[in-house]
Amino acid sequence: MTPEASRPASFERLRRLPIVGRALDWGMGGSAVSRRTREAGARIAGLKVTESVCPYCAVGCGQLVYTRDGELVEIEGNPRSPINQGTLCPKGAASRQLVQQPGRLTKVRYRRPGGAEWEELELEQAMDMIAQRVIEARENGWQDRDRRGWRVDRTLGFAHLGGATLDNEENYLIKKLFTALGAIQIENQARI
Amino acid sequence: MSAPTEIAIHHVDAGRMGFFTDTTVCIGCKACEVACKQWNDLPADGSQFTRGGSYDHTGELSAATWRHVRFVEIAENGGHLPQLPAGNEVDVDAAVAAMENWVFMSDVCKHCTNAGCLDACPTGALIRTEFDTVVLQPDVCNGCGYCVPACPFGVVDRDPRDGRAAKCTLCYDRLQDGLEPACAKACPTDSIQFGPYEELVRTAERRVSELRRRGIEGAYLYGAGDATGEQLAGGLGAFFLLTEPPERYGLPARAESPVQENVVPATAAAVAAGVLAAAGATAAFALARGRR
Amino acid sequence: MPGLGATFGRGGATGFQQDLQHADCILIEGSSMAEAHPVGFRWVMKAKERGAKVIHVDPRFGRTSQLADKYVPIRAGSDIAFLGGLIRHVIETEGYFRDYVVNYTNAPTILREDFQDTEDLGGLFSGFDPETATYDTSTWSYAEGRGGGEGDAQTHTSMAYEERTGAGMDVSGVPRDDTLRHPRCVFQVLRRHFSRYTPETVERICGISREDFLEVADALVANSGRERTTAFCYAVGWTQHTAGVQIIRTAAILQLLLGNVGRPGGGIMALRGHASIQGSTDIPTLFDILPGYLQMPRANEDGQTLADYVEESGRDRGWWAFYETYVVSLLKAWFGDAATKRNDFGFGHLPKLTGNHSHFSTMLRALDGGVEGLFLMGQNPAVGSQHAGLQRRALASLKWLVVRDLNEIESATFWRDSPEVESGELRTQDVQTEVFLMPAASHVEKAGTFTNTQRLLQWRDQALEPPGDARSELWFMHHLAKRVRAHYANSRRRRDWPIRKLTWDYPEVGETGEPDVEAVAKEINGYDVATGEHVPAFTALKSDGSTACGCWIYSGYFKDGVNQARRRDPGDLDAPGGWVSPEWGWAWPVNRRILYNRASADPDGRPWSERKRYVWWDEEAGAWTGYDVPDFPVDKRPDYTAPPDGLAMDAISGDDPFIMMPDGRGWLFAPSGLLDGPLPTHYEPFESPLENLLYPDLHMNPAAVKWQRPENPYNPTGDPRYPVVATSFRLTEHHTAGAMSRNVPWLAELQPEMFAEVDPALAADRGIEDGGWMVIETERGEVEARARVTPRIRPLRLDGRVVHQVALPWHWGYTGDYPGDTTNDLGALSGDPNVNIQESKAFSCNVRAGRRARPATARLSGVRLDQRIGPADDDPPAEYPSEIT
Repeated sequence: MTPEASRPASFERLRRLPIVGRALDWGMGGSAVSRRTREAGARIAGLKVTESVCPYCAVGCGQLVYTRDGELVEIEGNPRSPINQGTLCPKGAASRQLVQQPGRLTKVRYRRPGGAEWEELELEQAMDMIAQRVIEARENGWQDRDRRGWRVDRTLGFAHLGGATLDNEENYLIKKLFTALGAIQIENQARI
Repeated sequence: MSAPTEIAIHHVDAGRMGFFTDTTVCIGCKACEVACKQWNDLPADGSQFTRGGSYDHTGELSAATWRHVRFVEIAENGGHLPQLPAGNEVDVDAAVAAMENWVFMSDVCKHCTNAGCLDACPTGALIRTEFDTVVLQPDVCNGCGYCVPACPFGVVDRDPRDGRAAKCTLCYDRLQDGLEPACAKACPTDSIQFGPYEELVRTAERRVSELRRRGIEGAYLYGAGDATGEQLAGGLGAFFLLTEPPERYGLPARAESPVQENVVPATAAAVAAGVLAAAGATAAFALARGRR
Repeated sequence: MPGLGATFGRGGATGFQQDLQHADCILIEGSSMAEAHPVGFRWVMKAKERGAKVIHVDPRFGRTSQLADKYVPIRAGSDIAFLGGLIRHVIETEGYFRDYVVNYTNAPTILREDFQDTEDLGGLFSGFDPETATYDTSTWSYAEGRGGGEGDAQTHTSMAYEERTGAGMDVSGVPRDDTLRHPRCVFQVLRRHFSRYTPETVERICGISREDFLEVADALVANSGRERTTAFCYAVGWTQHTAGVQIIRTAAILQLLLGNVGRPGGGIMALRGHASIQGSTDIPTLFDILPGYLQMPRANEDGQTLADYVEESGRDRGWWAFYETYVVSLLKAWFGDAATKRNDFGFGHLPKLTGNHSHFSTMLRALDGGVEGLFLMGQNPAVGSQHAGLQRRALASLKWLVVRDLNEIESATFWRDSPEVESGELRTQDVQTEVFLMPAASHVEKAGTFTNTQRLLQWRDQALEPPGDARSELWFMHHLAKRVRAHYANSRRRRDWPIRKLTWDYPEVGETGEPDVEAVAKEINGYDVATGEHVPAFTALKSDGSTACGCWIYSGYFKDGVNQARRRDPGDLDAPGGWVSPEWGWAWPVNRRILYNRASADPDGRPWSERKRYVWWDEEAGAWTGYDVPDFPVDKRPDYTAPPDGLAMDAISGDDPFIMMPDGRGWLFAPSGLLDGPLPTHYEPFESPLENLLYPDLHMNPAAVKWQRPENPYNPTGDPRYPVVATSFRLTEHHTAGAMSRNVPWLAELQPEMFAEVDPALAADRGIEDGGWMVIETERGEVEARARVTPRIRPLRLDGRVVHQVALPWHWGYTGDYPGDTTNDLGALSGDPNVNIQESKAFSCNVRAGRRARPATARLSGVRLDQRIGPADDDPPAEYPSEIT
């Protein structure tokens, strides 16, 4: 890259090309080619493809998800999407690493009051504990009426703050269940 | 206006393939840089906040960064910020002029017509493919490093973990299955275009004319068309449309590939050594089969 | 976004991204689109290559500015002055699209005599009550009409306004003057209102030179009209202000004057920053609305019946006349057979609002010990919410916290490594919050829909199973519901009626017991109660309880039982109108891609020009036709004249393109729907180093929401300790609070450290070196950052004074391999009166060289405990015993 790296202008050489790939079939120069080169091919060829949508911003780029036996191999842009036509931004292009990120949680971590460390919990046990706390908080924060005596039928005992990368169907169940429990402090990122 | 589909390569009459990188539509998003790492399974090789670095923290092409987006916001004097007086005496015009000089460029291996690296390689690890691209075979490379100084563009780098050289393959593996290279596919504004070389050059020349018609007099091709090819390693398989002098992008104005009078033949011993060194990495590549 | 809703009738983006390629000019302001929406910017670049002029107005010269044809620097937070200047220019130079303005907007409508403008009252509109800092909006209505006045302070936080503009409003017999000369017609009121917004005023407030201003103004006028269209793009650079809704209103007014709404290459593209943020407003996880922008019920003295609620919320004219249908269908979806006409479909059991329960209010309540538990699902307030230090202290006051995410985010570890623990203010062993950190499924590990920035629902198929105990939110809610419902199954208490009667019979699939997402989707789409068949669209819904529908605006996304959001045919993009791709996904409402597209034709139903053909009247077929689903009753003739006593859609004439509005017109002047004024006007940001040039005695939006508490101190206006304007921004390489990017090494290495952009003059003055450390400080905290000294952010000359700006990305927090200080530690809780959005895009600060000497939020340590304020008005009253049904 420095000027010193440039070479004299007089250089000319015969192009002696090792000929590889499919050209091997033509019977030329195979000794220069490694097995790996000879067998080179896209690692996604022939894999199962699933159509998806990028989870980052709201442009809504189509993605193709390549899997082998249930393992994620690759995420690329979907060329058929009229929005992104196969392209992705760096975040979309990094989606596979989002899924396979170092530190991805696979077990419930539990921190008891005053605790200094995480403990591991079984999923079912965590769900039982959470359900119990929701019920308690609901009861403790319940109001039939407000100070003026106006009917309110609600609880202020627990609250929800959701991100905006949840699915519509998930948001629907959140709003439905929590409203039925009388919770009103249900919020998301739209205001943030 | 039709949607681009993945370009099918006809192997029987495989011709030269290349990259045309048009810096006038680059938005500096670095999608190419990430898409390349993603496809080639290259690790994040660390980065640090540097003086004068604009939005560039990965710095340069390396063994683990095969596409690199360069940001240059510093004016001609090479590294000094425009002097703005302190306090209330602000020279707004000077500030604006400096901003207009901000440039982005996605850099990559040039896949030279006269490739110094290929010429310097004693093991036969570096080869020219049926697409007239220059590919480094990691299972052959013995890590001698001769290719590193032989590259006039500073592209080739040795992997600090195993000493072997590494660089862009122009997605040789994807091409085998008719897929366009990962960087070109990801590029949101089609700043990176991939295709048959001659066709790309014609596209690029038309683009230069169009830009000049619009008043961008300084637009020119680096590494293809007209006279530049002769001075740049006999022409570049991956060439660029630039609007500023090459030095602003960290590119040499002239680059000839080195003379290698005593090419070491690819001996069986050297190949074997390379294979041993590469055994681990090869396993990672032993993936998909069943190409069409 | 109510700024759009109160002007056009719906809060969503008016068009779609691919349509930007047909714009002749694109104004991007309040957004760095190339950086935050790079792939959306693809379509801006296409337009540019076709010859469109791209203009970027922003405090910071970013990657978008580099690609624009014209960059205009602006002081953060002064957008209304600039856009108001453009409105004045368009009016005074007669650059507006007269035929469009007279026929499709309320410009000719005559207003009441007692309306008073900010220009008469020093920055206030008529009706302001200084005691409550709220407006009585009755004087804002049309002459001889009845307003939809919403002066009640209680209702002052409602996002629902965006979709029910004009509730209760009577517009029959409202006089108009099509010559636009009547002194009280909207056009003349608008003209007087903006008469002081001259190029000189713009220069003094915004720092935009006269030349730059005129270049933008000329470009907009030259690229609007019959033959040409201009599009606007904005993002949170406009919304996150205490007058954010009014900034968008200003843009919406300008686009109406230029005749660019409802037409190809026109409109206002709201660029949203999260995959389904549009969806999470449509099906709201928001306190004040129910799905489909129906209002949450509010408490009142006499209790409220369904009929009361519908009367208050719905209206007689336009599409909202069907309000009752949508509410009843929702109640049927939720309570099934238990919802009957006799019991008001269970309406009386819904929880009722009495005040503000937005995110900030809830966290303050938590801080005071008033909230036991909190669910965070994909949300990281310890980094991502304004005044993050206060957020973390609130987390520490909870009894329990459930965090669902992909990794160990800051909100889950505040008890271990937050700045408050570092400072000793919080001691880990004293933090009594019980934390459940639950592994979540990623986007490829579950199926469902996102609604993108252009109202497009796109289905994701499931590609693989989530790892280990990671589960979807669908699974979590389902299995939580099963447990809670089992607990209450035999209860007879009134309060447990909704949870007992709740329909919850989603089939489970697979080994993990994932609920069938298509069953949930069917409920959202709506079905016939008797037959169980999916309804085809919301037009098939009934108010008698014979249909159920979970979100009426999504009705049709499973039309005929077919997953319309999963359609993946882009169509022939080269065919006439091919860029619309109507068979790709499904857009609400009823798959419309450009809203208000009746306005793409002239009053007689003909395209305004061949070049801008989109939807038109086909006389032979007796129907509206074109490239898109017409946003109009398909067989309503253009010459249909609404009778004065017409109701619902009969009140909309054949040339009234804004069918959600009671008068069918775009609102230059908003007689209802907004809480802080019928017209936008320039207010300074909450925290600004500058006085308000137009209203020296008023300064900021008088109706803005403040949380006056010792933990939330504000930088005083004009305080010389805080002379610098700060604005926050997003980097291409990171995502929001960093949970989805700082743990992704390929992204993190691209932007490894927190930094601040500072201009060379300010840097020289403070001894800050490029690449060195600097500290940014406010009353809330101090944040250290690497300095990026660059002329890309520039000082501005404002009214004879030079003002410096700093730009701060906000992606870092204290965990992970790439930690950094949190920009949101600097901000104060503040709120736009309409939507409670905070002002994070413009606030005052100071900067200095070096590193901070103490933890970021240490300056507020101890404030809270000493000066805690008592419980809020709506805390539980103990004296009311539980009631039995």
